[in-house]
Amino acid sequence: MKRLEVKLAGFGGQGIILAGQIIGQAAVLFDQKNAVLTQSYGPASRGGACSADLIISEEEILHPLVLKPQVMVVMSQEAYDRYASEVAEGGMLLVDADLVPVLPRRSKKRDVFAIPATRLAEEVGRRIVANIVMLGSFAALTGAISVEAVKRSILSLVPKGTEDLNLQAFERGYEYGKRLAADKRERSIKT
Amino acid sequence: MSGDIACAEGALSAGCRFFAGYPITPATEIAERMAERMPQLGGVYIQMEDEIASMNAILGASWGGLRAMTATSGPGFSLMMENLGLGIMTETPCVLVNVQRGGPSTGLPTLVGQGDMMQARWGTHGVYEIIALSPSSPQEFFDLTVRAFNLAEKYRTPVLVMADEVVGHMTERVTIPEEVPCFPRRKPEFPPGDRSSFPPDEDLVPPMANVGEGYHIHVTGLTHDERGYPVTDEVTQERLVRRLVEKIRGHKKDIIRLEEKGVEGAEVIVCSYGISARVGLWAVELAKREGIKAGMLKLLTVWPFPEERVREVASKVKAFVVPEINYGQIALEVERSAGGRAEVIPLNHMGGGLHEPEDILKAIRKAAR
Repeated sequence: MKRLEVKLAGFGGQGIILAGQIIGQAAVLFDQKNAVLTQSYGPASRGGACSADLIISEEEILHPLVLKPQVMVVMSQEAYDRYASEVAEGGMLLVDADLVPVLPRRSKKRDVFAIPATRLAEEVGRRIVANIVMLGSFAALTGAISVEAVKRSILSLVPKGTEDLNLQAFERGYEYGKRLAADKRERSIKT
Repeated sequence: MSGDIACAEGALSAGCRFFAGYPITPATEIAERMAERMPQLGGVYIQMEDEIASMNAILGASWGGLRAMTATSGPGFSLMMENLGLGIMTETPCVLVNVQRGGPSTGLPTLVGQGDMMQARWGTHGVYEIIALSPSSPQEFFDLTVRAFNLAEKYRTPVLVMADEVVGHMTERVTIPEEVPCFPRRKPEFPPGDRSSFPPDEDLVPPMANVGEGYHIHVTGLTHDERGYPVTDEVTQERLVRRLVEKIRGHKKDIIRLEEKGVEGAEVIVCSYGISARVGLWAVELAKREGIKAGMLKLLTVWPFPEERVREVASKVKAFVVPEINYGQIALEVERSAGGRAEVIPLNHMGGGLHEPEDILKAIRKAAR
């Protein structure tokens, strides 16, 4: 893998940065790759627009900022409106369908995957883990990091006492992502 | 870990046990980490009323015998300028970190800038030399903070670490060694009480007795003799200030560190520092792929400026391209050092973001023609 650019975007308080940290740490500490995480945020810590930019590479990462994301994970309508058009051609867009009500238009240039992350998070217990559900789908759809590495990374970064909840959220997202990937394969075989 | 955290950890590894500061984006995480870690290590963290007091506090702590540091950004850096001069004049080892953001004034609190490079050199009044280092990754932020503490002790002077928002906030792999080099405080070789004069060693740096060790010491920002007492005349000024300047200038070889990639045989050199050097290196790689003979000269030490090396390289290349996130500061130094032997192309970005590698590449292409 040369250089994978990922943008995660939503609003402050959703755990966007944490999701970026989990993926980046998984890549660096457990998958022995290089990763750089940067973030942009407004003056407010909650509610404002927030994004985490992550680069994963087997080579040295020189430019530390995301220039043209191949994968984008979007968890708010505002983030969708602002960033969705930036996804690279041939890239993929993952949206929390419960938070981005204006459904993305289908596009030949990129794959769009709608994941009901907030609903799945509520099913495992608390909607606050919607970010981890998205993380599960990210792992399933991109294959950019190993499942084992993400799980270890989750365990080391989430608050004590919430480990099981977060792992369940990850599993839900992962399963959902796998199903979406299988559907896509099926569709492409049919057409 | 993030660059800011790496900086705090570097300081702690180097033996820093006193941090005084006033939190300011994008340097706040350094203070936060210090507040958490200092009590675990028996050190002191003080949140001061402002940056003027922060700088004063670390000077006092250093005279009390501790390795001391503060960290700030743009507006806070301005407030520290007066007492930075006090630190230089009183030859007080300490480290001042500036995680640069866009300015002037409060400017862009959460976004990157490199506009304080000349302020680092000339920000406080009077005649002096300064040491300033510039990291381009969290790992370098760790390493250079360690080095800053050692240079501060070795040359008895405040040392600046000029980072920037992107390096401070980016999270990347950082390897922390079991042990880091540690230059001990230069203590007087005579016992307390005998005399209270502290003449400089051969390398122009005097030993330093800490407060409370029994020596008679006097510390003042006024021009002073070797006892530390004010003697405000022309002769003493000449002796003291010349030495303060020469103790740095005379040791440039030891202080200056450069990272060179493909400089030999190159026609165009990208010369930069901090985060811009990293983007510059990418542009150099892209240029090489096109068959352009490009090389990279990265300044890990920005002050004192490595004029000898730049002059040497200038006589062998066509041009220097100098990307920096300001309106041309270090480019002026490159130009001065090159002395007309090679063209110098400043590549300026006003802040809030990084150069596009493509823009640097275009400049390299143009310079190579």
